[in-house]
Amino acid sequence: MSLLANATTLLGKELRTEFRSRELLTTTGVFILTVIVLFSFTFDPGAVESRRFGPGLLWLAFLFAASLMLQPCFLREQTNDTLSALRLSVSDPFAILLGKLAANTLFLLLTELLMLPVFGILFNVPVFRVFGQLVLVLFLGSLGVSTAGTALAAISAQARMRELLLPLLLLPMLTPVLIASTQVTIDLLDPSPFMEWKGIGFLAVFDLVFLTALWLFGEYLLEE
Amino acid sequence: MLKRAIFGLLVFGLVGASTYASFFIAPDERTMGLIYRIFYFHAACGWVMFTAFFICFFCNIAYALRREPRWDALGVSAAEVGVAFNTVVLITGPIWAHPVWGIWWTWDARLTSTFVLWLLYIAYLVLRTLIEEPDRRALLSSIFGIFAFLDVPLVYGSIRWWRTQHPQPVIMGAPGSGLAPAMLKVFFFSVFAMHALMLLLLSERYRVEKMRGEVDVFRRELEGA
Repeated sequence: MSLLANATTLLGKELRTEFRSRELLTTTGVFILTVIVLFSFTFDPGAVESRRFGPGLLWLAFLFAASLMLQPCFLREQTNDTLSALRLSVSDPFAILLGKLAANTLFLLLTELLMLPVFGILFNVPVFRVFGQLVLVLFLGSLGVSTAGTALAAISAQARMRELLLPLLLLPMLTPVLIASTQVTIDLLDPSPFMEWKGIGFLAVFDLVFLTALWLFGEYLLEE
Repeated sequence: MLKRAIFGLLVFGLVGASTYASFFIAPDERTMGLIYRIFYFHAACGWVMFTAFFICFFCNIAYALRREPRWDALGVSAAEVGVAFNTVVLITGPIWAHPVWGIWWTWDARLTSTFVLWLLYIAYLVLRTLIEEPDRRALLSSIFGIFAFLDVPLVYGSIRWWRTQHPQPVIMGAPGSGLAPAMLKVFFFSVFAMHALMLLLLSERYRVEKMRGEVDVFRRELEGA
């Protein structure tokens, strides 16, 4: 129980830090928008093409954004030298990772939800009739991205060239998330939309596998 | 020294024999003709690649739990040997594919997941070059290695379900698939020979890594003094 309580406290701290400045959310949102606009030049965004390529581009934009957005989550602690204090204040170091991962999932989900209508308008794709289902995909996808991403951000924060290293480590690992969530999104944006439950199940399995790995091995990432 | 030389000669004999067998003993394939013979080399390297990455995964877990430098040395050796075989697989595949399929590359499940696997382990090796402190490097890269290995079945599954148009597995595949008995014998001999080659490379690479570790310790002592 103390694990969850600690994680919630840490989540609160992350949210407070972010909402004081809203730097991360604004920058990531603008970044996603830029990528979406640039992508529209790479093909003719008509109705059929948009349905076919749009979801993939959207998810690619999310992954790129995530690989940049996850950078500061441990760097901040490093610059302020607060990681050891955090470690001393909790009994289970997994709480730190859990708090950070929950915060990252929330931040990512929030920017994605903000950008989804913009994407819908720009590419003429009806996102609101399947909004509930889309939120489910976005949540499971973002959870997977942040679970793997939080672990890898903790790794890359301790290396040289960290800004370049995190995308290098993270993006190939997220291949399954990209494929499954793109497929589910394509099916949801179809003229006769349907929910591909196999994809949802797959994303859930991905999340579970990486959450378990993080739970088992995550504490080693925070060793001094 | 003598033991290593004998082992080396033995491995070269084995690889030579398996090459001979794949060219002159294995029967002709009905439709593909001569080019199919690269399969004995290509698929055997594929199996060896998985063995090497599995060794790497095992060493990563062992290091994370035990913190003995030898697991780290063996882990990075296995990763490098695995990447070498992975590269061979990625190169010999298109050499076979071009005459048979008419294209060098197609984005099907096994090709793509092998490629992603290669990217993951290249990332593992790059990560190791970017962390100076040996213990930290060993620990962080072992955790990354564990994550990367867990990702492999997920990568394969996702590509197979949603992105594929590819030939079914030939060995241990669906009923009705499979090789002629003579081909199977040659194939398993190639797999055996390639595994022996992997063991040779692994043990040599492990020796180098251990020496490098020792040199590193001396260098640090000198710098500290």
